Amino acid sequence: MTAANVEIDGAVRDATSLRAFLHGLPGVDEVGANARAAGLATRSIKKASKVWALETAIGMVDLTTLEGADTAGKIRGLCAKARRPEPSDPTCPPVAAVCIYPDLVAAAREHLAGSGVAVASVATAFPSGRASLSTKLADVRDAVAAGADEIDMVIDRGAFLSGHYQRVYDEIAAVRERCDPARLKVILETGELCTLDNVRRASWLALLAGGDFVKTSTGKVSPAATPPVALVMLQAVRDFAAATGDRRGVKLAGGIRSAKEAVRYLVMVKEVAGDAWLDPALFRFGASSLLNDLLMQRSKEATGVYSGADYVSID
Amino acid sequence: MRTDRRAERVDVRKTYKLYVGGAFPRSESGRSYPISTPRGRFLANAARGSRKDARDAVVAARKALAGWSGATAYNRGQVLYRVAEMLEGRRDQFVAEVVDSEGTTARRAESTVDAAIDRWVWYAGWTDKIAQVAGGTNPVAGPYFDFSIPEPTGVVAILAPQESSLLGLVSVVAPVIAGGNTSVVVASEDRPLPAISLAEVLATSDLPGGVVNLLTGATAEIAPWLASHMDIGGIDLCGASAGQRVELERLAAGTVKRVARAPESTPDWSADPGTGRLRRFLETKTVWHPIGI
Repeated sequence: MTAANVEIDGAVRDATSLRAFLHGLPGVDEVGANARAAGLATRSIKKASKVWALETAIGMVDLTTLEGADTAGKIRGLCAKARRPEPSDPTCPPVAAVCIYPDLVAAAREHLAGSGVAVASVATAFPSGRASLSTKLADVRDAVAAGADEIDMVIDRGAFLSGHYQRVYDEIAAVRERCDPARLKVILETGELCTLDNVRRASWLALLAGGDFVKTSTGKVSPAATPPVALVMLQAVRDFAAATGDRRGVKLAGGIRSAKEAVRYLVMVKEVAGDAWLDPALFRFGASSLLNDLLMQRSKEATGVYSGADYVSID
Repeated sequence: MRTDRRAERVDVRKTYKLYVGGAFPRSESGRSYPISTPRGRFLANAARGSRKDARDAVVAARKALAGWSGATAYNRGQVLYRVAEMLEGRRDQFVAEVVDSEGTTARRAESTVDAAIDRWVWYAGWTDKIAQVAGGTNPVAGPYFDFSIPEPTGVVAILAPQESSLLGLVSVVAPVIAGGNTSVVVASEDRPLPAISLAEVLATSDLPGGVVNLLTGATAEIAPWLASHMDIGGIDLCGASAGQRVELERLAAGTVKRVARAPESTPDWSADPGTGRLRRFLETKTVWHPIGI
């Protein structure tokens, strides 16, 4: 699919035009997408390029903890790690953001003051999204008031799958309006969308409604981020940028645990979206255990010795 | 007319693989090397493991450690005894492979294989007894119970003896896993055939995948990566070349690994092993517990 055949003028005029636009998007060749994603994963990244990729990936991590058992103490530890992922090495870059529940935003804000690390908060009845719109908006307002720089919202997958695109659109637009000045990431929960066609439609829907990022998953559903899904979402932001001149981001979350996978995704970002997206402002990894593997691989490149899990913090 | 069926049949020329995490992967490097008898007759191809295979093996061993060290000593003994049973069932194959690999007579090979099986049974019996011998209750001058308990070191790398391809191998691997460690074993470089068959035995016994990971290939190539690996707790240098031993000990010192030094001369593997190798990769934990609480 190229940008030439996406005409977005008038797409969001009403429910009918929105449906016509989303269903008029070219279908995804699933076999082709799988093959393309697999092909991009075969590239070998070594030595200096690998170090660059590892450090770039560290700078793109949204260090995440989304557990019912989270405490202010755990957030303090997480923030310390976000600022200085490798305490013994000041040349190691900080991560992009921490990603937490709204009630812990104030605590994180305090620990991250002056560090340049953003605070992202999930909101809108994360992870299911099954609450009334007013509850969701109140959730967003709380998070923004507490100082969140980024809001990760979930879409109503039930409405999307039953074809109520306008309802999903209105909800994203309403959240977009309330979350200013924070940036909005729209979680599509691709594991529940069943097909790559749906992933493409949901991505465009989120972009049209004003999402700054499209994000794969909550991390609570499997499968989460997979290479073909990432491919389709990267194509969507690329084509959206070509059609409107407006660059939006992609965040992959859930199931990315090894540095090797992260580097493969960076190759995909470069090849599918372009060099401009190799930037924490436009591409993120939502992860917790990934960061430790990135640090271990970075240490291997620096010392020439394989590292172990005893030498990175447990989170 | 009678035809000679044996003459018609094409040889099955084997190319063996590694044993990592309970599976038999090819070497990541795609390399293999021919192995032959001491007189130069071709036997089979073996995988020539690389540093990345060693890295994967350490990951597998680390993953298996919690389950294996957490199993009861009695259960470990049962599992190891089962391995001995399986070895016994493939005795003839091992005899043939020892003859091929070491160039000894069949009679000598038989006694070697018997000794190897007995060695495995010996260590199977020690799993639930070593704590009583190596640990104990210490008399202290205060209102405390004071216990010393041997615990496994963790992931242990083993450079298997180069000469004794089966008995020597069993004598270094069995004590390490009997103590609750998991292992990454580099088989004898020129005589890996019995080790490969041992891996097949381990894969079909009750031993959990990853407790023993077996690499074949150039010992000198893989050893430095294991010696310096920060996720390995101990290394047995038995099969290291004389020229490389000092360097390996230096690399192992970086993370203060437990090092079992290579013997000065070829040891007599058929001698009574004692508990020395079993204790080599055990750490003593001492606990003070107040009396009356």
